[in-house]
Amino acid sequence: MKKNIWKNPAVQALVASLICIVLGLLIGYIVLLFINPSGAGEAIVSVVKNFLNYSKTNLRLKNLGNTLVKTAPLLMCSLSVLFAYKVGLFNIGAAGQFVVGSCACLISSLGWGWSWLPCLLFTVLVGAVYGAIVGLLKSYCNVNEVISGIMLNWIGLYTTNMILNTVKEPTSPYTLHMASEAPQALLPSLGMAKLFSGNKYVTIAVPLAIILAVVIMVLLDKTKLGYELKATGNNKNAAKYAGMAEKRNIILTLAIAGALAALGGAFLYQTDYEQWSVTQSSVPGMGFNGIAAAFLGGLHPVGAIFSSYFIQHITNGGAYVDLTKYSSQISDLISSIIIYLCGFVLFIKYAMNKSIAKREEKQAQQGKLASDTEKGGGGK
Amino acid sequence: MTLLLQYTLIFASVLMLVALGGCFAEHSGVINLGLEGIMVIGALGGALVMRYMPAGTSALVMVLAVMVGAIGFGVIYASLLGVACINFKADQTIVGTALNMLGTAGATVLVKAINTAANPNDVSSVIQYVGPKKAFLVNIGGFEFNWFMLIAVIALVIAYVVLYKTKFGLRLMACGEHPQAADSVGINVYKMRWCGVLISGVYGGLGGICYILAGVSEWKFENGVAGFGFLALAVMIFGQWRPTRIALAALLFGLFRALSNVYMGFDFLYSLNIPSTVYNMMPYIVSLVVLAFTSKSSRAPKAEGIPYDKGQR
Repeated sequence: MKKNIWKNPAVQALVASLICIVLGLLIGYIVLLFINPSGAGEAIVSVVKNFLNYSKTNLRLKNLGNTLVKTAPLLMCSLSVLFAYKVGLFNIGAAGQFVVGSCACLISSLGWGWSWLPCLLFTVLVGAVYGAIVGLLKSYCNVNEVISGIMLNWIGLYTTNMILNTVKEPTSPYTLHMASEAPQALLPSLGMAKLFSGNKYVTIAVPLAIILAVVIMVLLDKTKLGYELKATGNNKNAAKYAGMAEKRNIILTLAIAGALAALGGAFLYQTDYEQWSVTQSSVPGMGFNGIAAAFLGGLHPVGAIFSSYFIQHITNGGAYVDLTKYSSQISDLISSIIIYLCGFVLFIKYAMNKSIAKREEKQAQQGKLASDTEKGGGGK
Repeated sequence: MTLLLQYTLIFASVLMLVALGGCFAEHSGVINLGLEGIMVIGALGGALVMRYMPAGTSALVMVLAVMVGAIGFGVIYASLLGVACINFKADQTIVGTALNMLGTAGATVLVKAINTAANPNDVSSVIQYVGPKKAFLVNIGGFEFNWFMLIAVIALVIAYVVLYKTKFGLRLMACGEHPQAADSVGINVYKMRWCGVLISGVYGGLGGICYILAGVSEWKFENGVAGFGFLALAVMIFGQWRPTRIALAALLFGLFRALSNVYMGFDFLYSLNIPSTVYNMMPYIVSLVVLAFTSKSSRAPKAEGIPYDKGQR
């Protein structure tokens, strides 16, 4: 019998994500219609087109580069979330780990004058330690990782603001420009900039993030460590019974997740694309968007590459709507609706499986009926 | 000193209201991480009422109308959580996170649309309420009494009585502890959880409008509510899911928050030269430490966060 492609989990995940995206865009369109019906269609098209709004190739490439610059950190955050989720942990602390990662790379480069590689390694270390705190609290004190993650997000934000206060511009709340104050800490471009018609913000961060996604996939699916981590996530007690160090596994998972999210911070700020504002009073959305990208990507590292790009694509696309009619936050609205719909993914899959089962049952019954009548015919 | 007292009380009122909302949802078995979003939307509801009420409205009508606006918006928004988490058994953490993002994004888009429609050059996300705000304040010898302080106390009493002294409250809590057992004696778990979530919408919405009325007389909705929803979550855990302890925890955390605003006014605190961020950070550190020591014997509702499935054994 031919295998039904709709039963394939990867196909189901893809279909579910596409349903979320289409519904999200549709609801966004309806909201736009309510605000101002005259330009709604045009606005939603420009959000989806993003860099394609430009007609010249070099401008298109340059703006595609800008989208990619922010996709790299987003991908790191979503890898952090999905890696922890595979081990049964909800790393809502990715937002805070991203923040301390930004802090580590900015202070080590601007404050201490380190060059880019030590900065990256220091960031990884700080992120791992920050993530491990959640793991320690979880495994030894039974503190729910969501709650401790939320607390650490805010502790991280306030600490970062305090520390980075020492390397900010005298007249503004922003940290110093890395390109002029600490050019040695900028991530090397290795010719990436040329590919995107001289967009100097495109660095090795982009390919590095994709490589790390593949590494995470291999780690989870092909190694003994990955197997042990997943086993711990499925059933902590069974893993312990089978001789795995379940406490160590939880701490290790969150340390890796923390390092990934922190690296996202370095991938953003060591390009000098943005400066940190030391007066910000809310945790940057990057980590939370990472949650969105992880779930939209069907909790698979390769899926996360595409979903991270998509979310960043429409976020950047928000800048192209007619600002006299709509606000650019319309893209935030669309992506948050998509995350909300991601909550229904389980239900969508359940509904798909149910309809497949129903159809198969019907077919089986018809087949049985047909063979019965055939038999009956033969007996005459 | 009066300023410190005033800020402490108003912040404590906000935290208490929102934390009690979370408490109701969690006792029914639904983790409400979306409190921050519910606060934003509740604040939006109240602010819109203040914007559109005619100038001559009497104080009492104004207070009541604003409360109705905030509660209405909060409840409608909370029902998004209910639909996803109770009827469709979605992951409560994802939906809560989504609601937080959706709250700020949605409020910003809406307010900007309203502002731009009124004046094409105005692309800000600010609603002003200088005049209507006066309806909420009574000046008693330098101390600005806000009606929400009283409302918070009433809300606390109601929460205590409902949860511990009524059939409804005890049934609600049963659904958060052991929904199968509750179902077996004829309690409709889905209905109870819906009640829990909607009540958290009422309290969260009120908390939201209370927060934006606390100090300023205009609100920029792009900023959301700056983490107060999460702080309220900390208050709820610090209070071990019990209304009376939540009230005490709210006072303590409110004090920290107030100190970060007014510590300049105290000579000995000023001479310590601690940046205000430390005071902002304190509540989170304190609750993390407390969590580390108490979580082994946590009084969290046993079945919270697990979608109820009738067919499951």
